[in-house]
Amino acid sequence: MALVTASLVRAAAAPQTTGWEIVRRNFLVYRRDWLVFLTGFLEPVLYLFSIGVGVGRLVEGFDVNGHLVPYAAFVAPGMLAASAMNGAVLDATFGIFFKLRYDKVYEGVLATPMRTLDIARGELTWCLMRSAVYSLGFLLVMAAMGLVESWWAVLAWPATWLIGFAFGGAGMALTTFMKSWQDFEYIGLALVPMFLFSATFFPVTAFDGWLRWLVEATPLYRGVALVRELTTGAVTADSLVSVLYLLVMGAIGVLVASRRFDKLLLS
Amino acid sequence: MTSRPTSGVRSEPLPGGEEQAGSLIHARGLRKSYGDFEAVHGIDLDVQPGESFGFLGPNGAGKSSTMRMIAAVSPPSAGSLSILGLDPRTHGPQIRARLGVCPQEDTLDLELNIRDNLVVYASYFGIRKAEAGRRADELLDFVQLTDKAKAKVVDLSGGMKRRLTIARSLINDPDLLLLDEPTTGLDPQARHLLWDRLFRLKQQGKTLVVTTHYMDEAEQLCDRLVVMDGGDIVAQGSPLALIREHSTREVAELRFAVGEHAALAERVADLADRVEVLPDRLLLYTHDGEQTLARVHERGLQPVAVLVRRSTLEDVFLRLTGRTLVD
Ligand SMILES: Nc1ncnc2c1ncn2[C@@H]1O[C@H](COP(=O)(O)OP(=O)(O)OP(=O)(O)O)[C@@H](O)[C@H]1O
Ligand SMILES: [Mg+2]
Repeated sequence: MALVTASLVRAAAAPQTTGWEIVRRNFLVYRRDWLVFLTGFLEPVLYLFSIGVGVGRLVEGFDVNGHLVPYAAFVAPGMLAASAMNGAVLDATFGIFFKLRYDKVYEGVLATPMRTLDIARGELTWCLMRSAVYSLGFLLVMAAMGLVESWWAVLAWPATWLIGFAFGGAGMALTTFMKSWQDFEYIGLALVPMFLFSATFFPVTAFDGWLRWLVEATPLYRGVALVRELTTGAVTADSLVSVLYLLVMGAIGVLVASRRFDKLLLS
Repeated sequence: MTSRPTSGVRSEPLPGGEEQAGSLIHARGLRKSYGDFEAVHGIDLDVQPGESFGFLGPNGAGKSSTMRMIAAVSPPSAGSLSILGLDPRTHGPQIRARLGVCPQEDTLDLELNIRDNLVVYASYFGIRKAEAGRRADELLDFVQLTDKAKAKVVDLSGGMKRRLTIARSLINDPDLLLLDEPTTGLDPQARHLLWDRLFRLKQQGKTLVVTTHYMDEAEQLCDRLVVMDGGDIVAQGSPLALIREHSTREVAELRFAVGEHAALAERVADLADRVEVLPDRLLLYTHDGEQTLARVHERGLQPVAVLVRRSTLEDVFLRLTGRTLVD
């Protein structure tokens, strides 16, 4: 019996895992490969230059909640939201799929005091951090180009965290249902149209009826609308709807993902 | 081809339900199902501190399923299980903190180099960075991978990966080591090295649980074994006791021309307690091998090759499961 007692004493000293271990692991992977880390950052920046600045020479601008906003300043928050989305989605989908299905990293992780909840939390935190680095970089580019129109923009950065949270959580949840690399085609199929039509390059007023309703219901549109309202200073009560939408989406994502991790990894 | 045991042999039954004081692993009626399929049919186990305990059994016997339940990563479907005095359903992290696990299939982190695999794994146990680095270097030295410290996992040979997995299982200085086919893929030198290290760990008072398809490994490493087949424990005891109980003292092996073995088995059946027909030879189980051999020759049979030897665990295994140990 002495032994059982001893084991209980030692049990109290079991390490408290948080998920931060996963963040540190990912950091180590990318520290040796930091160029890969930046791959998703470039795309929205290039769009900002080619479409925002280039096309901006031909287009005057658009009305945002009653303010006339020059075209480049209109496109910039769209691309800001897209960069936050990219930053979160890359690791939430490809990264997690690799670890889950291909090299069985998580099975190794779970043979330690770590729990599936730690994995879900840690990976989401990491996605959020990558997303936040992208959006901060993008905001600096915007500021340098004089595309920030209001002090509200200070809040644009934390607003992009919501986008990272929503897309990170949802991406992770969807990834747990994928069986092969081919399934990632569906992610592209969802992301590309969203990137092109979520009021990123032209206002949602270009659509009528159900189409407009559909666009306004997409998560990227909510993100774009939120940060555009902040960087242009056209904040309304609508912004709160977007905040709520993104929070709920992310929370559902984490919940589903960690349930699925339980099912897949603890069979 | 070979005769299977007529009934489930259950030697040395443990007192049902009664908790053996101080068991590190204690299971009663432990079951594991995957959907409709039951892989483990209600087994009883008790492993004492400091013991080395082995699982033998053919492919699909349920060894890994049992090991994963003991490792507190696979919830039991029914029955009771306690590990280190704790319930894996409620105290998984506390249990796993004190286990060292070498899974049957490597789960190394392909995105990290060799040394970082150990250092990062240590962090999952809450081991601080400096200490983790020290342990990693020591373990790399032990498994002789020091000069590969900066290499990628994909650049290692199969046996080297296995050695890294074993090193990883020791990173938290575990009390209980669970090794699922630890030496599969290792060359003889690396295997003996591992045995040597496992002996030393045992001397330090660690408890080992090993599954293996290698009979010499089971004989070398295990104080006590269970033989599993089709989800049941069909025998248990020390290697010697198992041999005594389930086999004869000696075995005469007779090799004839290919294809003749089945027919010839009948002509020698009365000369031995039991005859096993393998594709390439006949095994005659008998008390005195030389004497049996002499009788075979008296009958005018001329085997191409003969061998008289003592019974081994392999014979026990063959008897109980109808299969040879290494497929
Ligand atoms: N995750 C799973 N889902 C469904 N069936 C499984 C799963 N894992 C194992 N099984 C089945 O359970 C049975 C026992 O498998 P297990 O891996 O425990 O055998 P084993 O004794 O370790 O065999 P081996 O010597 O080949 O490693 C097999 O029939 C296997 O197909
Ligand atoms: Mg197995």
